[in-house]
Amino acid sequence: MTDRPDIRAAVERRLKRRHAAERRFRLYGVLAITVAVAFLALLLGRIIEQGHSAFVTHSITLDVPVDAARVDPAYPQGANYDQMAAEALLVRLGVDANTADNGRAVRDLLSPDMGFQILAQVRADPSLIGRTVTIEAPVGDSADLYFKGEISRDTPEEQRVLTDQQIGWLDQLERQGLVEAHFNTGLFTRSDSTQPEMAGLLGAVVGSALMLMVTALLSIPVGVLAAVYLEEFAPKNRLTEIIEVNINNLAAVPSIVYGLLGLAVFIGWMGLPRSSPLVGGIVLSLMAMPTVIIATRAALKAVPQSIRDAALALGASRTQTVFAHVLPLAMPGVMTGSIISMAHALGETAPLLMIGMVSFVPGVPEGILSASSALPTQIFIWENAAEAAFHERTAAAILVLLVFMVVMNAVAIVLRRRLERRW
Amino acid sequence: MFGLVLICLAVFSAATYGLARRKVLQAAHGSGTRPHSRPKYHGAHAALWAAIPALLVLVGLAVAAPRIITAVTWADLPAAAPSVEPFRSQFQYDAEAIAAGSIPSAVAYSADQRAALAAHADRISALSGMLRLGGLVAVGLAALMGGLYAWSRARPDYRARNAVERWVGGLLFATSAIAVLTTLGIVLSLVWESLRFFQTVSPLEFLTGTHWSPQIAIRADQVGSSGGFGAVPLFVGTFLIMGIAMLTAAPIGLMAAIYLAEYASAFQRAWIKPLLEVLAGIPTVVYGFFAALTVGPAFRAGFNRLGEYLLGGPLNDLGLYLMGVQNQMALVAGVVMGIMLIPFVSSLSDDIINAVPQSLRDGSYAMGATQSETIKRVVLPAALPGVAGAMLLAASRAIGETMIVTMAAGLQARITANPLDSVTTVTVQIVTLLTGDQEFDSPKTLSAFGLGLTLFVVTLILNIVALRIVQHYREQYD
Amino acid sequence: MDAPVIDTRPIVAAGPKAPAHGIKVRTRDVSVFYGDKQALSDVSLDMADRAVTALIGPSGCGKSTFLRCLNRMNDTIQGARVEGVIELDGEDVNARAVDPVALRARVGMVFQRPNPFPKSIFENVAYGPRIHGLTTSKSELQDVVEQALRRAGLWDEVADRLDQSGSSLSGGQQQRLVIARAIAVDPEVILMDEPCSALDPIATARIEELIDELRQQYCIVIVTHSMAQAARVSQQTAFFHMGQIVEIGRTDELFTNPKEQRTLDYITGRFG
Repeated sequence: MTDRPDIRAAVERRLKRRHAAERRFRLYGVLAITVAVAFLALLLGRIIEQGHSAFVTHSITLDVPVDAARVDPAYPQGANYDQMAAEALLVRLGVDANTADNGRAVRDLLSPDMGFQILAQVRADPSLIGRTVTIEAPVGDSADLYFKGEISRDTPEEQRVLTDQQIGWLDQLERQGLVEAHFNTGLFTRSDSTQPEMAGLLGAVVGSALMLMVTALLSIPVGVLAAVYLEEFAPKNRLTEIIEVNINNLAAVPSIVYGLLGLAVFIGWMGLPRSSPLVGGIVLSLMAMPTVIIATRAALKAVPQSIRDAALALGASRTQTVFAHVLPLAMPGVMTGSIISMAHALGETAPLLMIGMVSFVPGVPEGILSASSALPTQIFIWENAAEAAFHERTAAAILVLLVFMVVMNAVAIVLRRRLERRW
Repeated sequence: MFGLVLICLAVFSAATYGLARRKVLQAAHGSGTRPHSRPKYHGAHAALWAAIPALLVLVGLAVAAPRIITAVTWADLPAAAPSVEPFRSQFQYDAEAIAAGSIPSAVAYSADQRAALAAHADRISALSGMLRLGGLVAVGLAALMGGLYAWSRARPDYRARNAVERWVGGLLFATSAIAVLTTLGIVLSLVWESLRFFQTVSPLEFLTGTHWSPQIAIRADQVGSSGGFGAVPLFVGTFLIMGIAMLTAAPIGLMAAIYLAEYASAFQRAWIKPLLEVLAGIPTVVYGFFAALTVGPAFRAGFNRLGEYLLGGPLNDLGLYLMGVQNQMALVAGVVMGIMLIPFVSSLSDDIINAVPQSLRDGSYAMGATQSETIKRVVLPAALPGVAGAMLLAASRAIGETMIVTMAAGLQARITANPLDSVTTVTVQIVTLLTGDQEFDSPKTLSAFGLGLTLFVVTLILNIVALRIVQHYREQYD
Repeated sequence: MDAPVIDTRPIVAAGPKAPAHGIKVRTRDVSVFYGDKQALSDVSLDMADRAVTALIGPSGCGKSTFLRCLNRMNDTIQGARVEGVIELDGEDVNARAVDPVALRARVGMVFQRPNPFPKSIFENVAYGPRIHGLTTSKSELQDVVEQALRRAGLWDEVADRLDQSGSSLSGGQQQRLVIARAIAVDPEVILMDEPCSALDPIATARIEELIDELRQQYCIVIVTHSMAQAARVSQQTAFFHMGQIVEIGRTDELFTNPKEQRTLDYITGRFG
């Protein structure tokens, strides 16, 4: 055995190296956290950077003469109002050569929404035929990108979607004060469209809301009751054990498998309508149920045994004890857990792809049985779109989705803070 | 219709509640005895008997009726109906659609077929009207009989509370059985559809074949014989991306957990943990968008620039290759998936590290070990089984993750270990096969269920093993 | 400051050859705070080398807190603050220049519950020599491990199963394993925090024998609940109450003829 001075010397000799290793190890930890947080910042930063521009849009105000010669009062939808608007714009721009090329070039700068609005006005008031209407409509998607500075003059002409001539026209319009930038209300008041400047999120938001309603109505009551059974009533036997193992495993089943289940059982076998919020809601509720059960059980576990003993000792039955005393006390935890799992369900995408919620749905869904899209699938659809103008809208849709999720989580946190009690 | 019946049932059930309650109250008042159960339990007992059996009948009929109608009318299709599939089925669908008052398909029928269609639709609506009437009577009878039964029981000495509590107990059990039913539903539907798929493609070929091109099989003359259903390239792609994701998530997540559990002050934890939770709460479609539009182009630009730099040098060929790298590569999907998994790994590992008893740390510090020596030599070895379980759970998540790979990995089925290649995964193929308009019965669509079954089995095994390990680990230190 | 707080007469050790020794650890006015709470106030106590000092007193009286000051284990607790002077061989252990890592190699510690690491018996004992880099070859390490196990009286029981897990041993064996682990780095002081409280009487007797043997070489400070144990193993005893030292004395005198009323009350079982 070594002598003590030797030991002290040996220890001292290595101290420096050991402390360096300690600092290194600690640094790895700091680095890991930094990397994770930096990615979060990068992700959110990029999405805000890409999406913020979608909240602003440019519209053009134009006086369009409704040519009586070209509109049949009996069949107003047969007329080409886009062409009329384009001609009015050419006049405004002072281009007198009304060639087919010029017509097409200038029509690209306008949105079909202009034509739809003229049609709507003419239908509402046929006396407008032959007169001039003043229409404010979004500019075309490329023109909008140009006004936002996303399309640069310096790019060679053949590499951009707008020609030099078109850009010249846009500059001219801006000088004439016909173009105005304003908040993009259309993003929230319109539904999906093939034209980026006319596409909005209303249909998707309503679809998500309907779906979430179905999910909440199914998964929360069933999940809470199941948790009450498992925590308060279930005998400790094989069956209970199987159910418990089952729930734990269900929580880890890939979400796409739930989509396959929905497709095969609810659509294929039961014949429920494809793409409907009902099917989406049922599938999401099956996914959310294990989380609701787990959260509720944790809340029930936190209620001290003394509460149960006190109620039972007063002659209350087990059922009375649980529903009159234990469950109310566990309610804050149950609500928090439920809201968080609903927020999670709101962002779930993969199972919705399986049940057909990726189809193009131009309107607002009327009910839980009509075809609908949802916020996350809308993001997926727009991300796949070819037009560059859809990219900023995708990011904007993500921001809207994240805002909803943040609000739900914030409500859950506030509830927890307000109602939580410690035993 | 359905809603109206439901409302009627609710009203009837509420009425029996009131009646039974009053009957017991009056009986108790008359005889001067105190009823065994409070009157509201008698009411609830009656209401349950009035509602539940009728409700079961109603739901059963609603599920069965369309099937009965189809089965009966399909058996005697009119002679004029098309004799070849799928037009024969289409004829039936259209007749049902007309009977239901909705718009039939745009199939062009001949004149006598149109007449036959109208007649057939009439028969269907007549049959469904009869069924509806019969159903209504059955539901009404069930409600009435149930209500009468409970009404006859409403006497002061009847133990209504115990009866109600038996109903409640049954209901509670039924809700927790839904979890089992869900699993059963998943297994049965996947197995059922997969069996149909395996009738055209042998399971052996599916699991060991190296050629995946389901698009070819859509041509009728090649169904099942094209050899396009070898899923090995998908498995390779899935595991490649999972490997990259775990290489990203495991070290970062574990080190983050160690820092949080062992080094961070309470203040740091109060800030870092919610941030990681935010990272965990971001929907996968957002990660997919991030991968496709930020990380993909950035990686591509980086590799292209590196390739340019290498051109003309000793690594000219590598340079040429790097210049051709595209946005969609396994590396991008893997890294972004890894980021997504960081909070998952770190929160699981954090729990596990915290479960290591403080006495072990104290023992190590008292020996003069530094904090990192204690972590590396005592805490981590003690936590190893639990951490391994956490990693398995994370790997299972990576395998089942869909959106990131769908948006960032690509569609090329190939066997490669090169992270810069575009690969495809099981989940991507399921999405591709099932989105868009497809017939439900083609082998191409059914193959998605074969893939789904494989995915389910693999992740289930991983989960069971992981949960066992974690459970065992927790018990060890409880 | 330097008023004699210890009975300065040499402690008469039990063994015939055991010489009287000087003071190994000297403390003056030690106070410990956990956050705002004061756990220990103005404790001054000297501990002799090659002797056993017992710290007794009711639960929560601060005796364990005091013990943990001696090897700076309180550093690992967030919000803990130590005031006063603690000297090991005349060297202030709280001085900036003193590395707690090196200090703990000199001051070993054994805890209330046996806490073998989840490693083999061999690796448990080899832990200290490994982290401090005390041995240069495998055979040397094996020697050190064997020596430590022999001195802890465990060698005969485990010699043929060194590769088994440390937790496969019985409670008493585990505690001796932990003692072997502590003496493998040949410390100067061994702190024991109620080392027998989780053990049965037979295992306790073995540990007490062991403590008596180890006294030949080390300065031992033991916290104990059991007054009988303090009387059996120690030469000097300090009685703690409410975070303060009430009385210090030679063990035989303190138990037979206490000077303070509170000490008398405690040893006669009136509180605690």
